[in-house]
Amino acid sequence: MGTAPLFKRKRWKTVEDKRLLEMHGICKSFPGVRALSNVDFFLNEGEIHALMGENGAGKSTLIKVLTGVYSKDEGSIQLKGKGEVQIHSPQDAQKNGISTVYQEITLCPNLTVAENMYIGRTEGAITNWKKMNEDAGKLLELLDIPASPTQQLESCSIAVQQMVAIARAVDMECKVLILDEPTSSLDEQEVQKLFGLMRNLKSRGVGIIFVTHFLDQVYEVCDKITVLRDGQLVGEYEIKALPRVQLVAKMLGKEMDDLSDIKGDATTYHEKDADEVVFEAEGLQSNAGIKPFDFYIKKGEVNGFTGLLGSGRSESVRAIFGADRVLGGKVKVHGKEVKIQKPLDAMKNGIAYLPEDRKVDGIIGDLSVRENIILALQVLTGFFKPFSKAQQYKFADEYIKKLNIKTASADTPIKSLSGGNQQKVILARWLLMHPEYLILDEPTRGIDVGTKVDIQKLVLELASEGMSVTFISSETDEMLRTCSRLVVMRDRKVVGELSGEDLTQNKIMSTIAGGESKHE
Amino acid sequence: MSKTKQNDSFLRRLISNQMFIPLLALVLLAIINLINDPSFFKISVQLNNAGNAVLSGYLITILDYGSELAILAIGMTLVTAASGGQDISVGATIAIAGSAMLHVLCGGVARPTELATPVFVAFLVACLVGMACGLFNGLLVAIFKIQPMIATLILFTAGRSIAAWINNNELPIVPDPKFAYFGGFIPGIPIPTTVFIAAACIIIMALVLKFTNLGLYTQAVGINEKSSRLNGINPTFIKILAFIILGLCVAVAALIKVSRLSTINYSVIAKDIEMDAILAVALGGNSLSGGKFNIWASILGAYVIQFLTTTLYKFEVSSDALAAYKAIVVIILVVFSAPTVRDYMGRLGKQLRAKKEVA
Repeated sequence: MGTAPLFKRKRWKTVEDKRLLEMHGICKSFPGVRALSNVDFFLNEGEIHALMGENGAGKSTLIKVLTGVYSKDEGSIQLKGKGEVQIHSPQDAQKNGISTVYQEITLCPNLTVAENMYIGRTEGAITNWKKMNEDAGKLLELLDIPASPTQQLESCSIAVQQMVAIARAVDMECKVLILDEPTSSLDEQEVQKLFGLMRNLKSRGVGIIFVTHFLDQVYEVCDKITVLRDGQLVGEYEIKALPRVQLVAKMLGKEMDDLSDIKGDATTYHEKDADEVVFEAEGLQSNAGIKPFDFYIKKGEVNGFTGLLGSGRSESVRAIFGADRVLGGKVKVHGKEVKIQKPLDAMKNGIAYLPEDRKVDGIIGDLSVRENIILALQVLTGFFKPFSKAQQYKFADEYIKKLNIKTASADTPIKSLSGGNQQKVILARWLLMHPEYLILDEPTRGIDVGTKVDIQKLVLELASEGMSVTFISSETDEMLRTCSRLVVMRDRKVVGELSGEDLTQNKIMSTIAGGESKHE
Repeated sequence: MSKTKQNDSFLRRLISNQMFIPLLALVLLAIINLINDPSFFKISVQLNNAGNAVLSGYLITILDYGSELAILAIGMTLVTAASGGQDISVGATIAIAGSAMLHVLCGGVARPTELATPVFVAFLVACLVGMACGLFNGLLVAIFKIQPMIATLILFTAGRSIAAWINNNELPIVPDPKFAYFGGFIPGIPIPTTVFIAAACIIIMALVLKFTNLGLYTQAVGINEKSSRLNGINPTFIKILAFIILGLCVAVAALIKVSRLSTINYSVIAKDIEMDAILAVALGGNSLSGGKFNIWASILGAYVIQFLTTTLYKFEVSSDALAAYKAIVVIILVVFSAPTVRDYMGRLGKQLRAKKEVA
């Protein structure tokens, strides 16, 4: 696989020679949670190694130990040519040739692209801005990243920001590159570009640790898989030796009804056709730059917005919820015209919205799980009617149990939970409000397979109880599994609507691509 | 074995409590004074200038003069939590509110022979003026998104001039000795009135926090404004509300300050009090970048600062040098209450315990 500078490769004769990184017996505990216990991890040169596991399995913790964000309680880390190393800070990790691109973008949005790529890495006190911009420009061009070095980072799309982060890591002469959910905000084309980059780096002898929840992607680029579960090592496998179903089973620790199983459930609900329209919009328009669009949802229906990244899926639902400034259009709830100018208006009309960006729009980091759960209902109940502590605990405990949220207690700050569990807390917040119409924008982004299935099942369950749900996901198969009707968007415009027999991967693709746009 | 463990966790809980640092500072100050001169803690009954029998002693002084600071710490904590910044115009707006109150009390005359309006009307005017100043700051911060320290720099700079302008740069003197009760003593009651005023403010705040969602909303807005908005909270309103509440606190502080003198000195009244109020918030272990807050820790912090000031006076530090001494103590306190240091101490403690177990 891949082409490599051969003179270098000839020297790698034995396995020991190729071994780049060895982590032995890593342990790490947090108050109330044992995040890692006795985990081993090995990485070879020129290898793309997937690190897989459910929510809170310890993937992120392992990576943070490796990159010096957390200090390990026990265990050793050895690097090729350096023997055992102590990594106490991200700087130590960098010096040792370990670079990371995290799930959530951790760059500075108000600096330029070039500054972000070189920040903290300039030598001495004087920065040669011209050279820095030139170097950045070259690298961006090489990696085919559509950004200019002097552009402000926040003016780039999330996908481009992610790629800049990768460019930064790649440029740091790294031996070990860690990609923590790098693809969760990229569209298919961008993912392919990233994979090209990864293969390129691999052929140069870089060892890549790839953390992702996309099984397809694992089987597309990876050589090996290490599976963690509940902070413990399940095993290391050659990719060819581990079929998909077995991988999922190992991650969940049980033989699992494969994802395709719930398809059966979904279709039964597809047939259901209640007549009452819960929400209806006509010529809805917001200041986020989407073209006016029409939309409706019936009682107990699950529908979705689909389209490429940046096609205006999120902006559409944000307009429905009043999250962006609504500029025009008529909105009816149960046939009665209402004004939805701000989120509170939508909430009063029984609409709930789980936003796309959990970190920025969802969680209130320093507040406890309990406060995060009760927040929406509390706001709806009113400023002068706070819930008693007992009532708050009752609500929180109910949903912690119901959604199986893994947290030390209801008083734990939400920021110390894993991504999937944070998402469940936000979901609990909106379910507690008992909305009639629930909007879920990328609820499964950056979440493990198990929780994904849980959420999809939950959506169908809620729909069967009469809740209307709009579901948005980057993964088309996920939407096909849950939605009975899809609104297709391209370039911030609704270009088609698919339902019934038209709901196939191919049909969606062709509509997105513009082969058969009905509304034009 | 299990008992030491219990002690351990109790100790850890105590140390991790936000009240720990200000309490520790209080205890240390008390010990220093006890060693230096135990009579520091003596409280006696003496006749004051007006001929009333009142309590007297250093502790009473601390409670008395700490009142304004404690009241301001309430508002400052809310502003800090909601906006992630501080209001540095507090001293200047006390001058404005005080000046407005004097103007109404004296009817615009410098040497009136009797009150032009009842005190409570004048106080209401002061409240309105204080709230208006808060509204002005709040609008700049919440709507125009100006950093709080810059937004409040405007009134910080202009406030004392505005105050002087309200009374044509004259210094009216309140003729009614009863007006002095607010900053002094009510005949027949040996406890300073300011203590009751501060207690009333604290109780009102406690009730507000208990019977409204002000705490939850303020913290949510301070931690994540975008997310709060998506949960139906109006962050703009909450921020402005915080500034307006601070404006009310300013009016109460102005009443006390003006009452103490029965007149006003525009350039000196409540000088640098904003810094002490901010310090009280920091000392209470509240993050100055907003978010979670503990108002009781701020109030305690305010009294600790007054305790420190009084202690320094007791050590006969001249009022010019006071600031320098205070700064040293402040550095120590603030460094110790910094999260990084507390984390480090926590780790250190853990290591020590581990070593003990091995041994």
